[in-house]
Amino acid sequence: MANERLFEEMTKAVIAGLPDKARELANEALHAGIDPLAAIEQGFKPGMDVVGEGFARGELFIPDLMMSSKAMQEAIAVLEPEMMKRKQHLQTLGKVVIGTVQGDIHEIGKTLVATMLAANGFEVHDLGVDVSPQQFVNAVREVNADVVGLSALLTTTMLNQEAVILTLKEAGLRDQLKVIIGGVPASPEWAKEIGADAYAENATEAVEVVKGLVQA
Amino acid sequence: MRAQILQRLASGEVLIADGATGTMLQAAGLPTGTPGEAWILERPEEIMRLHRAYVEAGSQIILTTTFGGTRARLKAAGLDVQAGEINRRAAELARQVAGDPSTGSGQGEVYVAGDIGPTGDMMVPLGPLTYEAAVELFAEQAQALAAGGVDCIYIETMSDLNEAKAAVEGVRQRCDLPVFCTFSFDAHGRTSMGVSPAQAARTMVALEVPAIGANCGHAPEEVLDILPQMREAAPDAYLIAKPNAGVPRMVKRQVVYDATPERMAELARRYVEMGACIVGVCCGSSPADIAAIAAALRIG
Ligand code: B12
Ligand SMILES: [Zn+2]
Repeated sequence: MANERLFEEMTKAVIAGLPDKARELANEALHAGIDPLAAIEQGFKPGMDVVGEGFARGELFIPDLMMSSKAMQEAIAVLEPEMMKRKQHLQTLGKVVIGTVQGDIHEIGKTLVATMLAANGFEVHDLGVDVSPQQFVNAVREVNADVVGLSALLTTTMLNQEAVILTLKEAGLRDQLKVIIGGVPASPEWAKEIGADAYAENATEAVEVVKGLVQA
Repeated sequence: MRAQILQRLASGEVLIADGATGTMLQAAGLPTGTPGEAWILERPEEIMRLHRAYVEAGSQIILTTTFGGTRARLKAAGLDVQAGEINRRAAELARQVAGDPSTGSGQGEVYVAGDIGPTGDMMVPLGPLTYEAAVELFAEQAQALAAGGVDCIYIETMSDLNEAKAAVEGVRQRCDLPVFCTFSFDAHGRTSMGVSPAQAARTMVALEVPAIGANCGHAPEEVLDILPQMREAAPDAYLIAKPNAGVPRMVKRQVVYDATPERMAELARRYVEMGACIVGVCCGSSPADIAAIAAALRIG
């Protein structure tokens, strides 16, 4: 009962985008001996779901999404040591390498997608912006990625999404992973044309689609 | 002597601004990933050629090619140390095409607007940029543009209200030119940071910014919804409409913006009916769009 009230407060803290409050609640859960994984799954994460839906509907905006993600990440940081102690791991759904392609410095959308994937249980390696095909290939090798996410916001740089796919092929890595693309000028048709596995329109959809990719 | 830009607007005249810079310079050979600002010092003749093309098509306001000209954005290309020179020189190049204001010579009455765009960094608490640091970045840029001889400062593509405020404050610290400010409403009718047209308008009116509006954004049709909202919140402001030439799409590996010059001209006429008094086009446009708009507004 008490737990449930705490979980509810956690959900609210994430929705309201309150990192300090989220940290406080995470600490409270630790002191009360609550299972940290349950605190994440039943407390904080449902808040992220609500915010993600609001963003997709155009009722919430970048600041909302970013503050909520911050709150979620603060809470996870507090709970993580205890999870390690209990040998619990947040169930890792898969390893994702993500970045904005060469010549393109738009980072906000890419970072949002990375954050949402991390908040939803993926191990995310964010390579930043203006990432060359070779840098993608190196990172994929290094972490043994399941999924590669390619962001491009410029029509002039979307051709570099294809360049990464071609370079992955040349390196013999293409068949062992899935490629998802995104960004304003991208589309499902473009994904098909350049041989990507999927496209997602926004960060909320990206989480669902990437979940589908790793299950397939 | 020619009239100051605000006097022209006060007389009820509609002024035609220009079209895209970035996509045009790329068509002229600017490599992807190189900011257009690099050409201000390297290839000034290309910058002037672009301005001249817009003036010949009918632009009465040309924007300096300094959208990414804050020190923060120039840093990515290692151009930050030359920020002052780049902005001043850009203003001089545009001025040279527009003509000398003291004699009214040159291509009729063409005004030079000193273009200022976002810093590219998010502001505290979402990102690293403090309000004070933002004010200083914009102040530096405005000072250099003013030194190069612009007629007004034109802040555009803003999505964060605080960053827009910082820009206005920074400009005012270093010059007393008129300041215009337009926002990019690209997220379901608001800016990506959630600012509504009414909020943007009210805030700018409170700062005594005389001309406000919408640029870039999503589909140009959306500006038809935005202008009345700004008008209601700011009955006395001069309204600016400078949307993209449609929504970009990739067709057979070519970038196409889906609105034709004829469509942009038709929309321009409707913006004017809704009270816009500065009309231009943003990404994906060319002098052909401006020529069509000029023809439509002169007949209309
Ligand atoms: C902010 C912004 C900038 C900022 C970027 C700041 C930063 N640190 O990121 C600055 C000012 C630096 C900038 C620069 C430029 N920009 Co700009 N910019 C924008 C703007 C207004 C918003 C982008 C944004 O952050 N949106 C918010 C985020 C949350 O949305 P998003 O990026 O779309 O991401 C979502 C989805 O697309 C998707 N997604 C994104 N990536 C991925 C990846 C994967 C794997 C998946 C699954 C999904 C996914 O999920 C995200 C979250 O929901 C857009 C306009 C627009 N409507 O997009 C123009 C826009 C992208 N820019 C544009 C242009 C032209 C430029 C410049 C060339 C301008 C210039 N002349 O200097 C430069 C280019 C610099 C470069 N080399 O990259 C044009 C591109 C036109 C085109 N089609 O080519 C746009 C579309 C404006 C327009 N309407 O025409 N820009
Ligand atoms: Zn634009």
